[in-house]
This record gives sequence, C-alpha cells and structure tokens, in this order.
Amino acid sequence: MKKSNNAKPITENDSRQAQFRLLLAVPLSALAVGLGYAVLSLPSQAPGLSDHVAAKLEISGVSNPVTAVLLNFRGYDTLLELGVLLLALLGVWSLGAAPKRREPSPGLVLELLSRLLVPLLILVAGYLLWVGGHAPGGAFQAGSVLATAGVLLLLAGWRLDTRFSGLPLRLALVAGLGVFLLVAVVLMLAGGHLLEYPPSFAGALILLIEAAATFSIGTALAALFLGGRPEKGSHR
Amino acid sequence: MIPAFLYALVGVGLFTLGLYALIIHAHLLRKILALNVMASGVFLVLVALAARTQGMPDPVAHAMVITGIVVAVSATALALVLMLRVRIATGRAELAKEPLE
Amino acid sequence: MLALDIPWGVMAIILPLAGAMSCFLWPRCALPLGLVTALAIVICVAGLGWQLLEQGAQRYAVGGWGAPLGIDLYADGLTLLMLMMTAVVGLGISIYSCGYFNQDRARHFWPLWMFLWAALNALFLSADIFNLYVTLELLGLAAVALVALAGGADALTGAMRYLLVSLLGSLCYLLGVALLYHSFGSVDIATLAERVESSPAVWAAMGLMITGLLLKTALFPLHFWLPSAHASAPAPVSALLSALVVKASFYILLRLWLEIFPFAGAALAQLLGLLGAAAVLWGGLQALRQTRLKMLIAYSTVAQLGYLFLAFPLASITGWTGALYVLLSHAAAKTAMFMAAGNILYFGGHDRIVDLDRVVQHLPLTITAFALAGISIMGLPPSGGFIAKWLLLEAAIRSGQWWWGIALILGGLLSAAWVFKVVGYAFTRSEVPHEARAVPAAMEWTALLMAVVAILLGLFVPWLLALMEIGLPFGGEGSAG
Repeated sequence: MKKSNNAKPITENDSRQAQFRLLLAVPLSALAVGLGYAVLSLPSQAPGLSDHVAAKLEISGVSNPVTAVLLNFRGYDTLLELGVLLLALLGVWSLGAAPKRREPSPGLVLELLSRLLVPLLILVAGYLLWVGGHAPGGAFQAGSVLATAGVLLLLAGWRLDTRFSGLPLRLALVAGLGVFLLVAVVLMLAGGHLLEYPPSFAGALILLIEAAATFSIGTALAALFLGGRPEKGSHR
Repeated sequence: MIPAFLYALVGVGLFTLGLYALIIHAHLLRKILALNVMASGVFLVLVALAARTQGMPDPVAHAMVITGIVVAVSATALALVLMLRVRIATGRAELAKEPLE
Repeated sequence: MLALDIPWGVMAIILPLAGAMSCFLWPRCALPLGLVTALAIVICVAGLGWQLLEQGAQRYAVGGWGAPLGIDLYADGLTLLMLMMTAVVGLGISIYSCGYFNQDRARHFWPLWMFLWAALNALFLSADIFNLYVTLELLGLAAVALVALAGGADALTGAMRYLLVSLLGSLCYLLGVALLYHSFGSVDIATLAERVESSPAVWAAMGLMITGLLLKTALFPLHFWLPSAHASAPAPVSALLSALVVKASFYILLRLWLEIFPFAGAALAQLLGLLGAAAVLWGGLQALRQTRLKMLIAYSTVAQLGYLFLAFPLASITGWTGALYVLLSHAAAKTAMFMAAGNILYFGGHDRIVDLDRVVQHLPLTITAFALAGISIMGLPPSGGFIAKWLLLEAAIRSGQWWWGIALILGGLLSAAWVFKVVGYAFTRSEVPHEARAVPAAMEWTALLMAVVAILLGLFVPWLLALMEIGLPFGGEGSAG
C-alpha cells in the first residue's frame, strides 16, 4: 500500500515490511479473539440502566430517554463535552491563521444550491432541536446540520463580515458552554445541586441549553472546517 | 439477542483493524483515519450491547456514544489541522523516526 | 457555618471553565483574568481541604440523581492531595508564564491552560469511569494544543505524536469502560466495586484500561512519546505536563486498581513493578546521555514515573503513601527544574549542557533552584524525595521484597550523576559565550519557590500523612495488604 517515491530498489525494505506486518497480525488476531470471547461471555440479557431511566423519565422534563440522559441525568458529561469541542477549536486557532484558499468561483450549481439548501438546513436544524424532546434528535444532531449549512456557505465562497469575526463570533462559540454552565450554577445557587433542575422548569431549561448548544456546535464545526483562526473577513 | 452480539463482534473487529492500520501506516492521515475506525469500533460495541433488553434499548449507552462521537470529531479536527502544520513545518505528513515501526 | 456548605470541589471545576471562557472572549485581559481565576481556584481547594478535615470524605451527586443513574463526584484525602498539588504547581506556573509568554502567545496560552486546569480538577474529583473518559480527553487535547504552542517542527511533531498516543490510550480505556458497563450496568466506581467479580469481560476491560492508562502515563516501554513532547513544549507547559498531566492518568489507574480490580493478582503487580524498575534505570541512563537540558529533564520524568509503579508489588499502605509522596515531590521538583531550564533557555537562547558557560554568575537563583530540586529528585534528606524513597524502602523491606530497594538506590545514584553534571557545567567556562537576555525576576523566583516547596515537603510529613488518611483511600490497616 505504502509506496516510497525514491527510485532505488526497495525490495529488501519491502520484504522486511511484509515480515513486520505478518508478525504484527499474530498478536492482533489474538487480541481480536480474546476481546471477541470477552464480549460473547457477557450475559445475553442485561437491562443496563434502562429501568432507572424509565423510572425517572417523568420528572426529567423531556420524554426522549436519550435526551433525558444527555441533558439531565448525565448532563455534566455533556457540559464537559461542549468544553472539549470549544477546546478543540481553541487548539486549532492557536496553531495559526486559516490557510489562504484559492477562491474558486463557486459555479452556478453550487451557488444556486447553497441558496436553496441553506434556509432548508437551518429549518431542519430547528426541527431536530425541537423534536429531540420526545423523539430521536437533539442539540448535536441539530448542530451538525447547522454546521453543514455553514460549510456549504463557506464552500460557495461566502465569508463572515469582519465586523462579526471578533467578539461576536467568539460569543457565538462560547454560548453553548456558557449557557449550560450558567444554568448549572444558577440551579446550584438556588439551593440544589449543580445542574439539579426543578421538575417543573426542567423542560424549558433543557430547551434553552439545547438551543444555545445547537448554535455553538454549528458555529464551532463550521469554524473548524476553516482550519484556523479567521483573520480579516472570514466565515459565518 | 444474537444480532446484538454480532454487531459487537464487528465492533471488536473494527477496533483491532484500526489498531493494525495505526501501527502499519506511516502517513499521518492514515493514522488519524485508523484512530477513527477504532473509535467507530468502540462505539459499535457500546451501542450494540445496549440492545440486550426486553423493550427499549438502554439509552445511557446511546448517550455515551453521542458524547463519544462529539469528542472524536473534536479530536479529529485538531489532529487534521496539526497534521497540516506538521506538513508545512517538515515537508512531510509523517512522524520522523516513528518508534512504533 | 455557611462556608462549610459551599461545594468547594464543584467550584474548583466551574471556576477554571468560566476562566477559560472569559480569557477566550477577552484576549486582551487574558492575563489578569487568568491570574484571578488561578487565585480563586487555590482558595476553592483550600476550602475543600477544610471541608474534608471537618466532615471527612465527601460525595456529591451532580444533578441530584446520585449513582448509578447520575454522575457522582467524590473527594477523599487522595483527591485532596492531588488537587493541592495541582493548585500549588498551577499557581506557580501561572505566575511564571506572566513573564515567559509574549502578548500574542499569552492570548492562546491562558484559555488552554485554564481548560487544562479544569480538566485536571474534574478528573481528580470524578467518581464515574465514563466521566473520567471525558475529562481525560479534555486533558489530552488541552495538553497537545499547549505543546504545539511552541511552534516549529520539533514541537509540532512532538505534539502530533502525543495526540495520536493520547487518543489511542483513551480509546483503549473507553472500550474497557464499555465492557465494564455492559457487564455490571453502572459506570460509578463505588457501585462497580460492589458488583465486580472476575469474568472474561472484566479481565479484558482491565487489560484495556490499564494499557491505555499506562500509555498515557508513559511507563517504560510505553514512554517513547514523552521526551519529544515534554522537551519541545514551552517551559511552563513542559513543567505542567511533567508535574501534573502524566500524574492524572496514574491517579485513575491507582483508583481503578484499588477499587475495581482488587483481584488483579500478584503476577500483574510484579509486572508493573518490574516495568517501573526498568523505567527508573532506563530513564536515568538516557538522562545521563542527553546533551540538551530539557531532554535530560524529560528523561528524568520517565525515571521518576517508574518509582510510582514500585508500589504495586509492595501493596501496603506504606508503599502507596511512598508512591504518592514521589508523585507530590516530583511535581514540585520537576516544575522547578523545567522552570530553571526555561530561564536558562530564555537567557542564553539554547539549552546545550556543555555550553552552559558559568551561567551561575548570571542566574544564581535559577541554578540554586535547579540544585535544590535536584536534591529532592536524588532523594537526599531533608527533601520530599527522600521521604518518598524512605517510605518505599521501608515497604519493600517489610514485605520481604528487598530487591526493589536496589532499583531505588541505583535510580538515586543515576539522578545524582546527571544533577552534578549539569551543575558542574553551570560553573564551567565554555567556548561559546551567551547572547545574554535579562530574565524577568518573577520567573527566577517562582522556580526557586517551587524548589523550596519540594524541600519543604520533607519537613511537613505528619501533616500531609494526616491529610492523606481522610476517607482511607488505601483501605484500613487490614484490608490493603
């Protein structure tokens, strides 16, 4: 698979490579067999935590169990995970400015399609966000759809106005983690534990967090697509 | 019940295949892809075994996979940009003197 | 007693996260914002310590659900010492980096460093193996981005290798988590500890998780990524990687070993001990061979990490305490050493050991810091490193496994050899003169302070041991043996 470009005969090197691969395949096959055996040894019926989730679903504020786990029961994981996304973006930005792309003329098809698709994608993202409360969907799905709209715009040559590429863009990126953290802390100050929703407000608070998260996830993923810090007029 | 284990075994297979590719290939893009294959394998194990219930599959494992995917996407994005920077700095998208090989 | 009700531990996670966001939002004020956050975190950790002293070990149910449905945070003496170590080293690094980074770098450094601090605190407080995975990733990505901050081919390649290794380690760990969750229906450490029993899936999970964590902890022979990453990073980043980041994965390993895998068996413990001893010798020899100061210090980290694993075959409270003492004193001493190396690099523009050229005349404080830290690394009294080795030696003799003592003594001799080599060259004239640049006083003093902390650790032993015993992390007198 890997071909070196240098012209000298590399047969010896190749045969050593082949030997190494063969040698490696043995322990890795053993590993696969061992892991497979471990998996097969698991009990064939295991409820996991589904009973616990079902018992508390009523007071979680949403009726989709996965969303209930993500935003309520294990909301702290999700909070940190929004941190991971923001951190990845910080890491990418710290590596330097976005590489200069040759601006290709988008072409008629791409331009027309993006005009057509972007509003539709935003609509779909909104729908996914809303539907996440009671059916498959939610902030991450909605955020990724939103990001595709952003990527499509970037591909079509659209760039964010310079006015927005400073603090406004950073605010958009921070919004998800910020709102989540703020809600968590306010709930703690109100006398509960960190992120302990009162059942009557849980639904509304989760929707608020998810809306902010969707916006930030969409922005962050589209910004990651640029591959660097936006300098002087970039991106949505 | 049987399909759950079948999918989990496929997950184990993906994990080891990814590990093999990670060690074998020198090109960083292939290494990053290999890690993604490994991650998919882990997610498949997590999500497949969640179906060993009477009714609805275990939602906690599903939530873990969603968390895992976002983490994997973030890490991949950072890795890809870092790879480009390594390429610019050294002229090659490979690690010099890779000790694993 | 309102202040006792504040969840200080939670605050120690929230504050650096908030700090990271505000440093990112207002990059011009990143430095003051970061320093204020650092101080606030130190106060929170002190508050948590007070809380633990008053009320004993604490469990906190995030979201009010409680394990196994929700995520629990847990703090005992072990957690507290790790948090205190992070706070002290973190404060030192924060002050040091004020002088080290220019405006442009600082704007990227602070948010990343705050994220890293949040990840460390969250990791030490977490009692949930899946949550630990998320914190590990947060930690890994922050560390990689910080290494790459140095720029240049070396740092970028080092960061890239580090990222690949870190992701591989996390994935192994995560597959282990998946197997444990699907075996026992919980990811809470305490719940797992109750339910766990030996089965093929548990053994597979144990193998995967231990391998993944050893990879991240860089135990010989999985240390190959560490020297390049730690040596090529900016000095404050090298310090926090060596002092804190590698310890985090060791901490998880220790927790899992003590709580979930008590049946692991003596053979595995002996293997870890052997690898540890090999790391001590190999790291020490490699350190002696290095020509660059930062590379030398990085290899010494490989050796010092080896000591941590000598406690596994000893498996006694004294042994674990010794390992923990290695961890703490190494954190302070290694921070001081990397800071000193950073000062020398800042001053002369290079870190070639043979060309140190009487640097002691220009940077007396820095060389003092290096020598004091060296005393602790070698394990001479009255330093923290001495107490650590003493405890390990005592545990080795008590358990009738005196041969581990040989590794301790040889490791100490090797460290002594390279410390004297470096200090010697610092007094020697060389052919290549320095192109001197003034080093900010804050950078010299923080290096010295961290070295003094490493020495002081040897003088406050009973006090620290009392903290360590809160909640009995290593079991009662009878159960740990």
